[in-house]
Amino acid sequence: MSELLRLAGVHVTYQSSGRSGVVRAVDGIDLTVDRGEVLALVGESGCGKTTLIRAIIGLEPMTSGSIVFDGATVATGQRELRRLRRRVQMIFQDPTGALNPRATIYEAVAEGIRIHGLAGPEPELVATALAQAGLRPPERYMPRFPHEVSGGQRQRVLIAGAMVLGPQLLLADEPVASLDASVRGEILALMRVLVDTTGISIVAVTHDLGLAWNIADRIAVMYLGRIVEVGDAEEVLADPLHPYTKALLSVVPEADRMEQQILVGETPDPANVPSGCRFHPRCPLVASGEAERLGIIDRCRSVDVQLVASPGGRRSVACHAVRLPNDG
Amino acid sequence: MSDVASYSPRTAAWARRRRSFSDGISRLRKDRVAMIGLVVLVGFVIMALIAPWMSPRGGLSAVDSINNPTWHPPSRDFPLGTDHLGRSVAAQFVWGSRVSLLVGFAATVLTITIGSLVGISAGFFGGWTDAVLMRLTDWFLVIPFLPLAIVLAAVLDRSIWNIILVIGVTSWPSTARLIRAQVLTVKTRLYVDRARALGASRPHIVARHILPNVAPLILASVTLAVPIAILTETTLAFLGLADPTQNSWGKTLEEAFGAGAIGRNAWWYHFPAGLGIVAVVLAFTLFGRGLEEILDPRLREEGARR
Repeated sequence: MSELLRLAGVHVTYQSSGRSGVVRAVDGIDLTVDRGEVLALVGESGCGKTTLIRAIIGLEPMTSGSIVFDGATVATGQRELRRLRRRVQMIFQDPTGALNPRATIYEAVAEGIRIHGLAGPEPELVATALAQAGLRPPERYMPRFPHEVSGGQRQRVLIAGAMVLGPQLLLADEPVASLDASVRGEILALMRVLVDTTGISIVAVTHDLGLAWNIADRIAVMYLGRIVEVGDAEEVLADPLHPYTKALLSVVPEADRMEQQILVGETPDPANVPSGCRFHPRCPLVASGEAERLGIIDRCRSVDVQLVASPGGRRSVACHAVRLPNDG
Repeated sequence: MSDVASYSPRTAAWARRRRSFSDGISRLRKDRVAMIGLVVLVGFVIMALIAPWMSPRGGLSAVDSINNPTWHPPSRDFPLGTDHLGRSVAAQFVWGSRVSLLVGFAATVLTITIGSLVGISAGFFGGWTDAVLMRLTDWFLVIPFLPLAIVLAAVLDRSIWNIILVIGVTSWPSTARLIRAQVLTVKTRLYVDRARALGASRPHIVARHILPNVAPLILASVTLAVPIAILTETTLAFLGLADPTQNSWGKTLEEAFGAGAIGRNAWWYHFPAGLGIVAVVLAFTLFGRGLEEILDPRLREEGARR
């Protein structure tokens, strides 16, 4: 598979107005996404995962770093962003809020066509996109308003509105978090079908490892603005290496084989990033004395840890305690 | 796919507008207070429109009224009596409604246009644009209105259009602040983010997402700005700063006051104009409140929650 997107050293920081100092929402991300791949970006609320994908599409200004999309570095000018936004699209956590209540479903889907001046009969493009997103027959949905359809259908409208532009990359911000459990599976299945039929790549942000398990090819785990572990979904879920990933996995209800690890300590604050390994104040290895026994406790507390790739490059972990196995 | 090919977004949009319009009308009809205001308003507007047929313009001229009795109480010949020059007060009342309403509407158009432009630019662009525009707005807000209006009216020629200009340029700041506040809330809606992610330009976002969601507020503030403009015109006319060739209600009041109508107890001279102003202002306010409740999404949401 060839590479579609490469992020290198991406930072997004804000000046915090109340206290002195900066909020490091995204604090140095290196990541690649291949064509036709579903990457799940997993982490707690506030870890910067949504900020990261908003930065990819230019909704948040990047402080430093570079984004290479389809072989070309993304510039930040209005015109370049506009061109990029035809090939990169986004769907949102709250489909109700993401649809203008005064516009019909037809208009919501047609908006992108009009913005980019796509050729072709507009009603048919809209109908095809709606049908592709599973809203059939499309003509029944076109004249309706967002408040007249269900939450799952609204998310399908957003998907149709994004897919009508024929993007190469779809960014999905918690695509099913606001939906009923019964329709989550349908939306996830739809996303998987879109990948298989159109070859699109998806970066899905989620706090739900179950979702990652269902649709992701690869998983990137984020903690406090950094990626702490990346790898193929099956490997990461079956054999988590980073203590944070282990803790996340242990509290997934289905993962009954693991002993539950409830993380202690304060929830992370991107305005006040701990020294050393940013996870060390909450790390089970530190708390249990394991780190001390391994003789790395000083490094945990004082040396910032970098993401280290396995020899094959498929797996990366950022932890002083982990020695990567040779992968195949 | 034949249904799809024949689907016309424009037809659908018009059907929707008709629906929401008739929905608004039916809600307005249930609001009795607003309906009373509307009926009074329509009455005054009709009177202003048919003034030339109701009472000849000659009734306003002192020369043409030279043979009329002066200070004549209401009678069959003069339904509202005559003034100190023998002119018909009824004629002044009817023609005065024209000037008052014209100034009210025209000054409001100016006020709302400036207020909307400033409010939308400040709210949407933010940053320096916002800071500069809002300081300008503050500056206009804190200037004592009446002295400024008097100075402007005195410096400029005394024409009805200059009165409109004076009212327009002095009363837009509150509209600008109101609209800016609404733009600020609409701007942070997720659908604006989605439009940006779709690649929408700023003009597109303003035209397609900001304006439609601010327009109801603009319309509602129109109906509340008109009475203020009418009262301002009355004030300026009463102070003798209006166009001397145009009979407005304020000018009638000024002349009645100057001629000593109150001392002579010639109530028929000043009462009609005074009551006319009160009635129009009250009617606009009542109707405006009703319209605001229907059109302003914030008030509607509160109403729904209650």
